[in-house]
Amino acid sequence: MAEEIKNKNDEEFQRPDYFKESEEKITAGNLPWRWEEDGLTVTRTAAWAAPGCHDGCGALVYTDKNGRLVKVEGDEENPFYNGRLCIRCLALPEVEYHPDRLLYPMKRDKADRGKNKWQRISWDEAYDIIETKFNEYKQNFGPESVVFSLGTGRGTSAYMTRLCYSFGSPNYAYFQSGAACYVPRISASMTMMGTYTCPDCSQYFIDRYDNPKWKAPGVIFIWGNNPIISNADGNMGHWIVDCMKRGSKLVVVDPRLTWLAAKADLWLQLRPGTDAALAMAMNDYIIKEKLYDKEFVENFVYGFDEFAERVAQYPVERAAEITWVPQDKIIRAAKMMATKPVSVQWGLALDQTREAINGTLAVAALWCITGNLDIPGGMIPVHHPFNIQVWAPPDPQEMLPPEVCAKRIGGKEYPMYDYGGVVLTQPDLTVDAMLTGIPYEIKAHWIQSTNPIACTAQDAKDRMLAGFLNAEFNVVVDMFMTPTAMACAEIVLPVATFPERDGIREVYYYVQTTNKAMEPVGECKSDMQITYELGKRFNPEAWPGDTLTEFFSYTMKEMGMTFEEVRKENWVYPEYNYGKYLEGKQRPDGIPGFNTPTGKIELYSTLFEEWGMDPLPFFEEPDQSPVSTPEIMKEYPLVLTTGARRWSFFHSEHRQISRLRAIHPDPLVEIHPQTAKELGINEGDWCWIENTMNKVKMRAHLTLGISPKVVNCDHAWWYPERDPEKLYDVFEANVNLLVPATFGRSGFGANCKSLICKVYKA
Amino acid sequence: MSQNGLLINYQFCTGCHTCEVACQMEHKLPVDQWGIKLAEIGPWQISEEKWQYEFVPIPTDQCDLCADRVAKGKKPTCVKHCQSLVMEYGPIEELAQKMAGKPKMVLFAPK
Repeated sequence: MAEEIKNKNDEEFQRPDYFKESEEKITAGNLPWRWEEDGLTVTRTAAWAAPGCHDGCGALVYTDKNGRLVKVEGDEENPFYNGRLCIRCLALPEVEYHPDRLLYPMKRDKADRGKNKWQRISWDEAYDIIETKFNEYKQNFGPESVVFSLGTGRGTSAYMTRLCYSFGSPNYAYFQSGAACYVPRISASMTMMGTYTCPDCSQYFIDRYDNPKWKAPGVIFIWGNNPIISNADGNMGHWIVDCMKRGSKLVVVDPRLTWLAAKADLWLQLRPGTDAALAMAMNDYIIKEKLYDKEFVENFVYGFDEFAERVAQYPVERAAEITWVPQDKIIRAAKMMATKPVSVQWGLALDQTREAINGTLAVAALWCITGNLDIPGGMIPVHHPFNIQVWAPPDPQEMLPPEVCAKRIGGKEYPMYDYGGVVLTQPDLTVDAMLTGIPYEIKAHWIQSTNPIACTAQDAKDRMLAGFLNAEFNVVVDMFMTPTAMACAEIVLPVATFPERDGIREVYYYVQTTNKAMEPVGECKSDMQITYELGKRFNPEAWPGDTLTEFFSYTMKEMGMTFEEVRKENWVYPEYNYGKYLEGKQRPDGIPGFNTPTGKIELYSTLFEEWGMDPLPFFEEPDQSPVSTPEIMKEYPLVLTTGARRWSFFHSEHRQISRLRAIHPDPLVEIHPQTAKELGINEGDWCWIENTMNKVKMRAHLTLGISPKVVNCDHAWWYPERDPEKLYDVFEANVNLLVPATFGRSGFGANCKSLICKVYKA
Repeated sequence: MSQNGLLINYQFCTGCHTCEVACQMEHKLPVDQWGIKLAEIGPWQISEEKWQYEFVPIPTDQCDLCADRVAKGKKPTCVKHCQSLVMEYGPIEELAQKMAGKPKMVLFAPK
């Protein structure tokens, strides 16, 4: 029967994020990518990890005649960033030559896990050991017994997943409960709209704010996000400031008074975890007051009546009780939403409730029913230009036979994981498998550019670490020794920084090459080179081309340009036009509308219905909250939210960089001064934050910018300066010890931001 | 010759520390010295819906307006890298004229 299995080659395979775009390419042309200046060599590049964030900012790398990194500056020619750069890139020379950087491959006996007993080895020996071990598990237990995991999606995603699939395992994992970071928003958007959307800050145009087609959003909603500090998921946060200067008003939905909230026309200080109730009430008000875009709804929305009936369960009065936001503010927000053009910069807070998909659907419904989709200054559909495979991982179905794909953990139980544009294992079921051997045993892990026990994983000690320790063999690929590597790895492989490598930068909108400016320190290799070299050993056909550069060109094949050609053009944009759904450019069949089963925005999801899920959004209380568990609130009287970002750090990175650490030396718990007074806590006191699971220690910062009923904790803390054999005290500092590993009915979402706790002086 | 200075529109300063670190890197300053230093003002509540919450970057005695960079025709590093694009370098008379009617601007004009 094998010949009947449809072999999906490149041409036949239709990506779920299919998006038709114009043939025309817009480039910078004629700008050099390398030149000499005052005895230094300057290399224009795109600053994509490692280290750092998703943004891929335009940067100039200065090296001296000995090939040493002197400094990093912003690239003023770059239309995305205009020369600005954040402190993490500016401090890169300290990262580059940091004495703690991993310089060579190393191995350690399994018996010495947790001990600082490493032995330097060659790359060949490292690859030989990995290849032998992985193939042994493949032969004896099936390729699915090796799990490949990555942290937040950056330049490594597509390479690491390709390595996973070229080995033959369907198990690409991201270890956060309910994959509660970005993926739920993408998946919900794809299901409902057939596309993902971002606020229009003119980023599709090379001439940016001067482009005559563009209009500044009249109102920008900042929903559960502080984009100027946190990662704005491919957008640059300070574009919000650019738009404010051009007249955009702000509505900020956040339990904390961020700088943006302080500057907003309206700040909705909601109770953490109640976003869905707020969004449903705003929808209800807009519908009842007939403020929605009737023409758009009539032509392009499916299930409006059913949706209207559902949101009617959340009138403004009820939502005010649930969310702690006064009724008049909810009404004002709804009225501001029902104008044009409106953009919504949403964030992680929506993913980090257990029923994440619902808040997301309810918020997205707001810009849909008000007709703010694909208009200048509204919400614009985004995708990977030219379907380039450098951020978006390849779909496993492109590389693996169906019977192997079917073994992906959680795939059967949670169909949204198949449909959402990013195909992953369901993380909690994956950890369950690591702990119990059900549905099968996990023998080994490839852990690349992720530090889950310090950063992403909930219940980090009793589940995540225990799971890794259950495996026979673990490989960690990183720039520095991390708590995760120290705890569980047999092999560590040292990663190059972005000035030390070639690569391709693509986070929507345009493509740019990352250009190698210097040789790596020690024997470091880039993420791309490591996966390419090892992947070739497993399956050369999965890595077309005789060199890494040729492989890069392959991943850009739909551009019709080679790596070198793209490098010469500096950045390459597809032409952008608004209103694509009107012309059939949003669907593979060319029919006007959206790429959903009904061709419309599905406020009532026919896919959810097919999958046995509630087709309409709902609100559910956090598992522990003043409403759901009033009895234990006597002991744990404060609502705990976590994960707010600081300028100095990207997740668990940069704690060892002195210039950045000096700005933010300690993990902080933010407390209202009145609450602190009642607890006898002063500014700067070390405190325990404790709940029914565990306790962690942080320094108190008193601020009026948080409700007296809520405290906020930093995330992803560890102390690189402390004892490696105590895992750098990661379990004293990582707030995820207080976060239960639970997830929503869709398989997505986790209550990372809506917990309860008590706080007392340490 | 006209004297040069820095004009800072702190209405839109988000407190991102870029000016501080860019300056430290350019002038090779230790982590506890600054050529420009942020002041945080607030947050405190002024009225029902109005908050005082501001960041103001303040040049120090170690600021030389990036004399070496400027001599090569470049912007001072804080001006170039500012994420909010709120800093400007130039002759103080020209900068002073830009302040008219703008409520949250400061002009730094060192001797």
